[in-house]
Amino acid sequence: MHERGIRKRLSSASGRVGQFLSPSPRLRPWFYVGPSLFLLFLFLVYPAIETIVLSFFGPNSHQFVGLANYRYAFTDSTMLTSFQNNAIWLVIFTIFTVALGLVIAVLVDRVRYERVAKSVIFLPMAISMVGASVIWKFMYAFKPEGIAQIGLLNQIVVAFGGKPIAWLIHSPWNNVALIAVGVWLWTGFCMVVLSAALKNIPKQLLEAARIDGANEWQVFLKVLLPLLWPTATVVTTTMIVFVLKIFDIVYVMTNGNYNTDVIANLMYKQAFLFGNYGRASAISVILLLVIVPMMWINIRRFKGQMEMR
Amino acid sequence: MLKRALTLLLIVTMVGGLGVWAVAQQKTVSIAVTWSGQELQAFQDVIAQFQKETGITVNVEPIGRDLATVLVTRFKAGNPPDVAAMPNPGQMKQFVDENALVPLESIINMNQQPKGFTDLTTVDGHCYGIFMDADVKSLVWYDPKVFKAKGYTVPTTWDELINLTQQIARSGGTPWAIGLESGAASGWPGTDWIEDLMLRIAGPQAYDLWIQHKISWLNPDVQAAWRAFGEIALNPKYVYGGTSGALSTNFGDAANPLFTDPPGAYMLKQATFMQSFIQQADPNLVAGEDYDIFPFPPMGPGLPTPIEGSGDLVSVFNNTPESQALIKYLAGAEAQTIFCQKLGKLAVNNTVNPDIYTNPISKKAFEILSNAQVFRFDASDSMPAQVGSGTFWTGVLDYVNGTPLDTVLTKIEQSAQEAYK
Repeated sequence: MHERGIRKRLSSASGRVGQFLSPSPRLRPWFYVGPSLFLLFLFLVYPAIETIVLSFFGPNSHQFVGLANYRYAFTDSTMLTSFQNNAIWLVIFTIFTVALGLVIAVLVDRVRYERVAKSVIFLPMAISMVGASVIWKFMYAFKPEGIAQIGLLNQIVVAFGGKPIAWLIHSPWNNVALIAVGVWLWTGFCMVVLSAALKNIPKQLLEAARIDGANEWQVFLKVLLPLLWPTATVVTTTMIVFVLKIFDIVYVMTNGNYNTDVIANLMYKQAFLFGNYGRASAISVILLLVIVPMMWINIRRFKGQMEMR
Repeated sequence: MLKRALTLLLIVTMVGGLGVWAVAQQKTVSIAVTWSGQELQAFQDVIAQFQKETGITVNVEPIGRDLATVLVTRFKAGNPPDVAAMPNPGQMKQFVDENALVPLESIINMNQQPKGFTDLTTVDGHCYGIFMDADVKSLVWYDPKVFKAKGYTVPTTWDELINLTQQIARSGGTPWAIGLESGAASGWPGTDWIEDLMLRIAGPQAYDLWIQHKISWLNPDVQAAWRAFGEIALNPKYVYGGTSGALSTNFGDAANPLFTDPPGAYMLKQATFMQSFIQQADPNLVAGEDYDIFPFPPMGPGLPTPIEGSGDLVSVFNNTPESQALIKYLAGAEAQTIFCQKLGKLAVNNTVNPDIYTNPISKKAFEILSNAQVFRFDASDSMPAQVGSGTFWTGVLDYVNGTPLDTVLTKIEQSAQEAYK
């Protein structure tokens, strides 16, 4: 009762202020969202429109070239390689981060040292992408046979009598080596979100399933997984959006050489190295078009989840 | 009490404001550079002397190998450094196309700048950049003690060089050290090989036409130059660590295996600036005794040895009295003497006394350069960035990594046809 009274008083107070500031109640919401809409337009909508416009112009944005930049983007061999690599990233990175995150979240839920385990796995998230890439460049370091290996992986290979491998040079495995860095960084994120969702599942449900005779595997598949599904979808789409824009790891570790280039890195090269703003804009528009559906699914899912609660 | 506190606050604010104003009034100039390590230290010495003489404060911004990106971004944002090192003449011309740079011919004493260098930075009759120093690129580094002990002689023709390579390989050694890794600029050391070979196989006129893309990348001479490079670089018996070693070794570390016992490799083709890296890796090595240079030989006996060079280029974005003073100083003899003496680089200003080259390597390089009948600037640095800092670099990496030459050259040719439009 008491709470209701306060709310009533509050709403009447804001009503009075609102009346004073905007006479029409229909205009009132615009008054509140106005500033953020303005900023959104200035920093997001305007640059996006400008980029789309520039993508139809030449290198220096002077002459109109029609769809030439898009034709380049879909025919150039480097571009095609990067599409292929982005697809490899998309599949391997997303599957591994989400699956590992899920498995770890479920497993650590059952042990006493859960916090320690989770902290250790989440720790890489605290390292910047560039920092992590530099660290892993050392992990993958290659020295010719016969001298001391400074890279951990090659030291292990050599210790077991193998020959040192240039991990970052031989295609297509160098792509996997790069993706492994991303997985190392982002599994912690998936784990934390899924683990939080797991904690929200009422224990009674699991107990009921167990009393009904379900084994642990059935509990996981038939009870836990369906309940975690909405969260898993949001995490997955978040990872997909993230991985489509992947740049730092590739730029620092191979700079796209040896067939490891990705779309974002080519956009960067076109804009800042070759000074071709038309092509750079076209590439970023393509990237935007690929990402938007994912964002849409993500937001819809997220909304659905909120409503479910 | 409150009043007193407020008064105090007011005074502090005023004094502070005055201080800020005074700092803002101080004469300053900013300069963005690529150098790091010893090179940056030597440049700081140059700047210290400049500050002492003029009282102008210089903000040195060491940006590193991403300089091209940073300069483009800052220029587009309307916030370029006053003065900046340029990655190469090709990219300098891109800035000239956007009216970003200040013509220098009325600011500096052009008589002290050799025409061979100012020609590279002159667009439509205006000179937009000066070279602070020159590096001789057509050099091979070796350990004279090891050569003497093993009975190897310094080759004077390409055939002798190949013979020596085979001889070393037959006796169980690895003749060459190659380091192509250089972060975002990986591949450039290989372009130096190909350029030097192009200069020798096709001659200087063809070399110039090649830079201007009046010769196709699929031209037989260009192919011959690549194949000659491949004859060494693609042979795992000739290169320390094989192709993987060449691709993953940083150019700065490439000389290290020359000085191990037994030597991991015997020869390294790299420019004069390699000396500072050798010194950094092992300060106990003595120039001329523990390591020495010989000119990359010409194709046949009796032919002149063409020399390829490069240098550190500086241009001005903002025309202020301070930036004028700085560029004038950097173009002058004093600055170049300090800089080059420290680093074993060669000065460009023609009033610099050759006696400053006390280091035997610098002395030798200076002699090689002064006696050169044919001198050409680094070709990749003079090409448009899309080729010279793009497909040429990646082409070298792909070629060494096993991509067929036709595929590599077709790709470069494609990008060149767009870039030279």
